[in-house]
Amino acid sequence: MTMPYYVAPEQVMKDRAEYAQKGIARGRSLVATTFDEGIVIVADNPSRSLHKISEIYDRIAFAGVGKYNEFDQLRVSGIRHADTKGFAYSREDVEARSLANLYAQYLGQVFTHEMKPLEVEILVAELGNELRPPQLYHIAYEGTITDEDRFAVLGGETEAVAAALDEAWTATWSLSEALKAAVTALAGPDRTLTAGDLEVAVLAEGNGRRAFRRLVDEELATLLD
Amino acid sequence: MTLPIFTTTEDPGPDFAGLMRRLKVPTLPLMAANAASAPTEFRHGTTVVALRYADGVVMAGDRRATEGHSIAHRSMEKVFPADRYSAVAIAGAAGPAIEMVRLFQTQLEHYEKVEGAVLSLVGKANQLGQMVREHLPMAMQGLAVVPLFAGYDLARHTGRIFTYDVTGGHYEESEYNATGSGGRDARTTIKLGYRDGMARDEALELAVQALYEAADEDSATGGPDLIRGIYPLVATVSAEGFAAVPDDEVSDRFAALIERRRTEGRQP
Repeated sequence: MTMPYYVAPEQVMKDRAEYAQKGIARGRSLVATTFDEGIVIVADNPSRSLHKISEIYDRIAFAGVGKYNEFDQLRVSGIRHADTKGFAYSREDVEARSLANLYAQYLGQVFTHEMKPLEVEILVAELGNELRPPQLYHIAYEGTITDEDRFAVLGGETEAVAAALDEAWTATWSLSEALKAAVTALAGPDRTLTAGDLEVAVLAEGNGRRAFRRLVDEELATLLD
Repeated sequence: MTLPIFTTTEDPGPDFAGLMRRLKVPTLPLMAANAASAPTEFRHGTTVVALRYADGVVMAGDRRATEGHSIAHRSMEKVFPADRYSAVAIAGAAGPAIEMVRLFQTQLEHYEKVEGAVLSLVGKANQLGQMVREHLPMAMQGLAVVPLFAGYDLARHTGRIFTYDVTGGHYEESEYNATGSGGRDARTTIKLGYRDGMARDEALELAVQALYEAADEDSATGGPDLIRGIYPLVATVSAEGFAAVPDDEVSDRFAALIERRRTEGRQP
C-alpha cells in the first residue's frame, strides 16, 4: 500500500484560492454604489437574458460574478430563503444581513470541505430605511464578508475600478452621475461601454413595495447621455 | 436556518408551495383530513363580485365577516392584489381563505423572481385551482374557500375572470360573476345592467349596486356603513395594473345611489 503524499493545509488552501481567483478573473466585473435615492448596480454584461443582477426581496437585490451556474444557484437559494422567511414571519423581518451571513457560511463551508471551491463573488444589497442606512455586503469565494456603505466592486481586476470610484464618489450624487461614474470606472482607460454592453438595475424608493427595477433600453441610454 | 440549496433531483424549481413541502413547513391544508369534525364557530367572509369592462376588470367585495349569527369583523378585506396584473377575491371560511391568498401571492412573486418571467394569466388561474383542490379535505368538513380570480391578460389585451368550485375546478367567465352567500343577488343585479364594453364609470356603478342589493337581501353581507364610514373595497385591473378605487370615490357612489333612489320615490 502506498502512503498518500502529505500536503500542508496552507498549500491546499492556497491552491484552492488560486483556482477560485482564476475562475473569477476570467469573467467581467461589476460595480454597485449608493446614490441619493438608493443603490445602483452596474454589470459589464451584454446578455439580455442571462442576468448577473436580480431581485431577492422587496428591498434586497443580488449580484454575482464568476461562474454563471454557481452564482445563479446562490441567487435562487437567496430568493427561497427570503420568501420562506417572509411567509413564516412578516415581510419586514426579511433583511440582508442574515442572508449575507448564510451565503458567507455556505461559501466558507464549500471552500474548506468540498473538492472544488465556488468560483464566484457575490453582492447582497439592501435599500436603507429610517432605521438603517443602505448596505452592500460583499462576499468572496471563501466566505469572507465585508460590508460597504459607499460602493463595492466585484470581479478579478478590481483595484483600478475601485480607485476610480473612490475618487469620484459623493454621498449626494444623482442616479445619472453615479451611473456614469460607475460605467467609466468599469470600462477603464481603454474601452468605452454603451447601453448595449451593460446590465443595470436599481433599488430605489418610488417603485412601490418592490424596490428593485431594471433600467433598460431608452431609459438607460438617456441616463448615460 | 441554513441556505435552502437542493440537489438537482430534489430541486422544487419555481414552485413555492413545493419548496415549503420540501422544507417541511406546513401550509395548506391547515388541518388533517381525518380530524373528527370541523369547528362550528369560525369566521366567514361573504359577497365578492367581478365584472369585465372596456379596459379590464372591476372587482369588489363587502367588508363583513360573520361567526355564526354574529358579526365578527366590520372591516375585513376580501379583495387582494395577486400580483401587478391580477386580483383575487375570497368568499368562505376567512382563516384558510386569507392564508390561501397569502400563499398565492407569494407563489406568483416567487415564480417571477426565480424564473425571471411572469406567469401567463391562465397559468396563474391554474395555480390557484391547485391550491383550492389541495384544500378540498377541509372543504368537505365545511371550511370551504371559494375564490374569484380576475386579471388583465397582457398577451390578449383584455380583462378575464375565472371562478372556482371547492374541487379546484375553474371556469372562465365571459362577462361577470359573484360568489359568497349574497352572490346570487349580486349576480342578478349585474345581469340586469351588464353590457359589453362598459366604461370604467358604468362598471364601478354596477359593482356598487350589486353589493348594495346583496347586502339588502343577505344578512351575512355588509352594506355601506355610513355611521362608521366603512365601505366595500373596489379595485380595477387594467393595462396599467391593479388599482384600488379610492375610498372617497366609493363612498360618493353609495351616497349618490341612495340619493337617486330617494328622488325616484323608491325605497333606498
